[in-house]
Amino acid sequence: MSIAWGSLLVVFIVSFGSAVAVVVLVAFALVALSGRATATTPDSRPALMTAGTGTAVAGVCLVAAAAIVLYGLYIIVA
Amino acid sequence: MSVIVIAVILTALIFDFTNGFHDTANAMATSIATGALRPKVAVIIAGVLNLIGAFLSVEVAKTISSGLVDEAKITPVVIFGGLVGAILWNLLTWLLGLPSSSSHALFGGLIGATWVAAGGSAIKFAGVVSKVLLPLVLSPIVAGIVALTATYLAYRIARRGEEGTITRGFRISQIVSASMVALAHGTNDAQKTMGVITLTLITVGALPPDAGPPLWVIATCGLAIALGTSLGGWRIIQTLGKRISDIQSPQGFAAETSSAAVILVSAHLGFALSTTQVCTGSIFGAGAGRKLAGVQWGVAGRMALAWLLTLPAAAVVGALAAWVAGSGTAGTIVVAVVALAIASGIYLASRREPVNANNVNDVPAPQPVTVGV
Repeated sequence: MSIAWGSLLVVFIVSFGSAVAVVVLVAFALVALSGRATATTPDSRPALMTAGTGTAVAGVCLVAAAAIVLYGLYIIVA
Repeated sequence: MSVIVIAVILTALIFDFTNGFHDTANAMATSIATGALRPKVAVIIAGVLNLIGAFLSVEVAKTISSGLVDEAKITPVVIFGGLVGAILWNLLTWLLGLPSSSSHALFGGLIGATWVAAGGSAIKFAGVVSKVLLPLVLSPIVAGIVALTATYLAYRIARRGEEGTITRGFRISQIVSASMVALAHGTNDAQKTMGVITLTLITVGALPPDAGPPLWVIATCGLAIALGTSLGGWRIIQTLGKRISDIQSPQGFAAETSSAAVILVSAHLGFALSTTQVCTGSIFGAGAGRKLAGVQWGVAGRMALAWLLTLPAAAVVGALAAWVAGSGTAGTIVVAVVALAIASGIYLASRREPVNANNVNDVPAPQPVTVGV
């Protein structure tokens, strides 16, 4: 009986890498977007970056996360 | 096409329907629990995406139709018996609100029925172990590890952000991640019924050995699972969303993203894993990944017991059904009538304490008890 350990390892590595990357990218995007909210709330903690920079960073992170998801779907459909 | 083949195809589609409403929770339980989606909207989205997902791949269908049992040694009656076992186990676990594996039920039913009708030699044990059992054991563990890591990192990163933005952002993200799980569920689970129908068509010579599912099989299976999903298996949604852990939106997002990744990668490689076990593993991982989050390990124990029982229980019912149905047309009718009576009884029992879209979230939050990372 042959067990496809290689394929199982691929499942673990690809799942781990893609899922953790997407979650981390979205989390970074939301932290970056927090700058917009803190800018309008006087007594809140100081933001990590300005609203403009935050929006740009968030955009990059979300585009990267979307690219991972779409590439994964492309691989499956193709 | 003979009457028994048509009966098997209809029974397979009924199984697919029960698979859909049994597993709606996999995609939508955490989104409904965190309020990211309204319950009825969630199940309709899940249904539509299940339908789309059914058309994405046929690798798992090929595993089912050619990798588990020797198609030369079985008949449509055997498959009918296996499906009856799977359907009844699915309905019973739905009544109890247990997210057991529809895949296990299907494989158990088929294996039990084949064993009785054609002997142990008709079962491809190597294929069962490597393509089904091993992934079924490993997948919830892998999903749990991925979800735990993702949740831990999400909270570590997000604590530097503004709370309202973080919560709102993860809720919106959950709509996307839950949709991905629904798509993955359609891709993985609809294929199992496609595989069974394809196997039936191969056994009667309507398709050549090693054939993939025809388009009409893909379409009908996609529609059946989508219809079942859009009705919502509210009892299991309640268990997964509210009784395991007090799920917050970052956890829900991490759990769903992990589940979608594991299911889609596995489906692409032809592993017929249990989406239920993957999603449950992810939810437990996400529960444990949040600092001081409480995970109800007692609930986990009951689920584990149901998981262990699923394959043998469905195998016994499948074997019994195949044995009776194998006696001729009268036997097949007896099995169908008894199965219908049991299914009706289960439905009536569920009406005593109905769980629906209006009360699915009416459960006290679990008390934090054990795990913190």
